[in-house]
Amino acid sequence: MVRYLARRCLHAFLLLAAVSVATFLLLNLAPGDYFDEARLNPSIAPQTIQALRHAHGLDAAIAVRYARWARAALTGDFGTSVAYGMPAARLLLPRCRNTLLLTTVTLLVTWCLALPLGVWSASIRRGWLDRLSSLAGTSMLAVPDVILAPLLLLAAARSGWLSLGGILLPVVALTAGAFPILLRHVRATMLEVLGEPFVLAARGFGVPRQRLLFHHILPAAANPLISLLGLSAGSLLSSSLLIEVLFGWPGLGPLFLEAVGAHDAPLVLGVVLLSASLLAIANLLADLLLYAADPRIRRTS
Amino acid sequence: MTIRAWILMFFLAALLASGRFAPFDPAEQHRDSAFQAPSRTYLLGTDQYGRDQLSRLLHGARLSLVCAAAATAIALALAILPGTMAGFYGGLLDELLMRGTELFLALPWLYLLLAARATLPLNLPPETTLLVLSAVLGAVGWARPARLLRGLVLSLKDRDFVQAARGFGASDWYLLRVHILPQTMSVLKTQAGLLFPQFVLAEAVLSLLGLGIGEPAPSWGSMLSSLRDLQVLTEYWWMGAPAAALLLVMFLWNFLIVVTSDSTSGT
Repeated sequence: MVRYLARRCLHAFLLLAAVSVATFLLLNLAPGDYFDEARLNPSIAPQTIQALRHAHGLDAAIAVRYARWARAALTGDFGTSVAYGMPAARLLLPRCRNTLLLTTVTLLVTWCLALPLGVWSASIRRGWLDRLSSLAGTSMLAVPDVILAPLLLLAAARSGWLSLGGILLPVVALTAGAFPILLRHVRATMLEVLGEPFVLAARGFGVPRQRLLFHHILPAAANPLISLLGLSAGSLLSSSLLIEVLFGWPGLGPLFLEAVGAHDAPLVLGVVLLSASLLAIANLLADLLLYAADPRIRRTS
Repeated sequence: MTIRAWILMFFLAALLASGRFAPFDPAEQHRDSAFQAPSRTYLLGTDQYGRDQLSRLLHGARLSLVCAAAATAIALALAILPGTMAGFYGGLLDELLMRGTELFLALPWLYLLLAARATLPLNLPPETTLLVLSAVLGAVGWARPARLLRGLVLSLKDRDFVQAARGFGASDWYLLRVHILPQTMSVLKTQAGLLFPQFVLAEAVLSLLGLGIGEPAPSWGSMLSSLRDLQVLTEYWWMGAPAAALLLVMFLWNFLIVVTSDSTSGT
């Protein structure tokens, strides 16, 4: 168990390190930095810009700068945001907390809705209710976030719910995007297990329907669903960026957008690394859950 | 033939529509008739500068679809060489490529897209932006098809007919060209079918966020960005036209894929 976990953690750490090197290189090789616009301003002396660049350490060699940055980043210091003039970590932390809040609430709501509904719709397969729900799911699947979000905003504005503000609307928007996908997967994996011989045997022994569905079939179908939890984290974070911007939720998304627009390299780096870590953590959690749920994996490792 | 032909015709017409079907210049401003509801002159109404929505939508179709098509081509082109090489030769090359793709898959795609966009200058003329956007989208999207191709080639190179050809003294290049690459075509086609709508949406999202094709050039994404203003969203319903257009394209494209996959599996 410890070895399994240690290997996973090492892998995640190496990946994060590689991501940081790549992003750092790209951002620093890119034409233009934050002070380009200042340079165009005739009322700012070139000496001032030189001094500012020196203060931010922008005039050192790139390897030196990366080493400096990496050493600081390991202690939780992501450098100073050029646009805000304050430590990037202090800007990132509350934003990251908000994004985490939004995504975890969405995950909870989505799974709490999709699991029972998926199990139920698999158990009445080929009935008209099942057909109706999969039709609704498919049509919801076809509406991308970019269109869903304005539609939801419109509905909220019309009905006056917009004044409620807060977390409700972004969660609804994110759930509406993620729910149909999950529902489909739950239904499909359940259907797959429903055809197995042990289900027939259990039914023959007279196991009640509810117990059969939730105690025998669902655990057997859990494996691919848990993997999906890790895999879908990336798309959830991506949708959440868009939704955060559109609904004005103060998460990582709006901050990232601002940082990109302002060529604020330390902040961009910080957000990129944070999002990669969130994804890595989600995958680690999924691995752990898989380990806990599946005795076969425990035995092989 | 018929349905597929109609859908393809639609996409082609959309690509060529600029200037031919558009009743107005997309950048022409009629300041005295801003935010006009659809009428006989302005079939889809006008925006905040009094520009004709229909003309902008038609011109935008070209920008958005060309961008997505170019990005798809770039992504697949970037995927083919490393994917086949890694699968065919294995070893260190394979290891390097797999770690490289992991780097790309380690980030949520929209974060990756914005980060890639952050490395390039923001205020560019529309033509350059179009190029930059397609390049960024393609560079971000190559990892998944490359991994798929690598797996496919890995299994193909040990198949009997490839081994037999090798036994007859065929060169690596011959094997790849004659026996392996043709076998990967269906996967490449499927990938293109999956990537294209993703890239249409990605362009829309980037332009919506103000990082894509900017004013005055119309793209569906930049047109959608006016919906971020709540007043526009609630009072001027015709401004939602690009959203409807996006949905239509998604729907038609999915339908096209279903039709083509049915017809190829039937023969």
